Amino acid sequence: MPEANIPLWEVFIRSRNGLSHKHAGSLHAPDATLALQAARDLYTRRGEGVSIWVVPSNAITASDPAEKGMMFEPTASKVYRHPTFYEIPDEVGHM
Amino acid sequence: MTSIRVAETPLVLYILRRADDALVLGHRLSEWCGRAPMMEEEMALANMGLDLIGQARALYTYAGEVEAQGHDEDALAYRRDERGYKNLLLVEQGNGDFARTMLRQFLYAAYADPYWRAMTTSRDATLAAIAAKAEKEMAYHLRHSAEWMIRLGDGTAESRARLERALATLWPFTGELFEIDTLDREVIDDGIGVDPDSVRDTWTATVADILARATLTMPADGYMQKGGRNGRHSEHLGHLLTELQYLQRTIPGATW
Repeated sequence: MPEANIPLWEVFIRSRNGLSHKHAGSLHAPDATLALQAARDLYTRRGEGVSIWVVPSNAITASDPAEKGMMFEPTASKVYRHPTFYEIPDEVGHM
Repeated sequence: MTSIRVAETPLVLYILRRADDALVLGHRLSEWCGRAPMMEEEMALANMGLDLIGQARALYTYAGEVEAQGHDEDALAYRRDERGYKNLLLVEQGNGDFARTMLRQFLYAAYADPYWRAMTTSRDATLAAIAAKAEKEMAYHLRHSAEWMIRLGDGTAESRARLERALATLWPFTGELFEIDTLDREVIDDGIGVDPDSVRDTWTATVADILARATLTMPADGYMQKGGRNGRHSEHLGHLLTELQYLQRTIPGATW
């Protein structure tokens, strides 16, 4: 089966103790149903998951790595956005 | 290494018949390793094979306990001759192409899923426990193989032709799924075994529904092959056992 003709899917797994689905990897499958079954066989073999999402890879809009300067560097100089300048009373405990 | 003789009481034989189904089909699926049409299905086939080999191990271990002649799972798997194997002829048929392998899996899983579900209420606690695990596994095998039936049957001209050929080849082996003899009957009447006839309607409904969705015609029930349950096999099982048993026959007791 030539994989070039079979769509690519991104797999997200929610683990037993995790709150959100996390990207696990990708796979080829002809449709959503078989993508879900392949995800089960490929990415939950060791009891990793309790829930699976599959998303067609071409449905994802990605940022352009060539634009990372414009996209991400302006935040580097804004240290005041990190909440490290506040005194936190002991009674608050771990935040 | 010499072969063992198994004391085939009705219950031992009943368990062995099911264990042999699982081991032989599991071994067939293992033959796909490195040969599947795509990596995703390679993993799916291996997963299903491992489910079946797991079922076989539990069943052989229990058969050995019931027999009480000191035969463990390895002795039962590796040291019985072809005639000692009691599996369905369906499961020993060669893999052929992907369509035939998936059809064989579908025809067996459509039977094994309701069969093990019924076994969960067996009076025998060990068989009920094995069934509870096997039922979930076979439910998945059924779902996966059924999805492929629909896609291959209602797919391209090539995939459809291959599945139609596979259906013509394997259909004569489906009658044996529901065959029982007086020894099985004894175990069933004891409240331990499941009467395969009780899952026949479920099997027929499942197969009819999926084949209809695959736009294929369900074959008429003509002449049905049988003999596997009594150790009379097609030419394929001997070759399979030669490979399966080679190591233990050559280097008895080898471990790793």
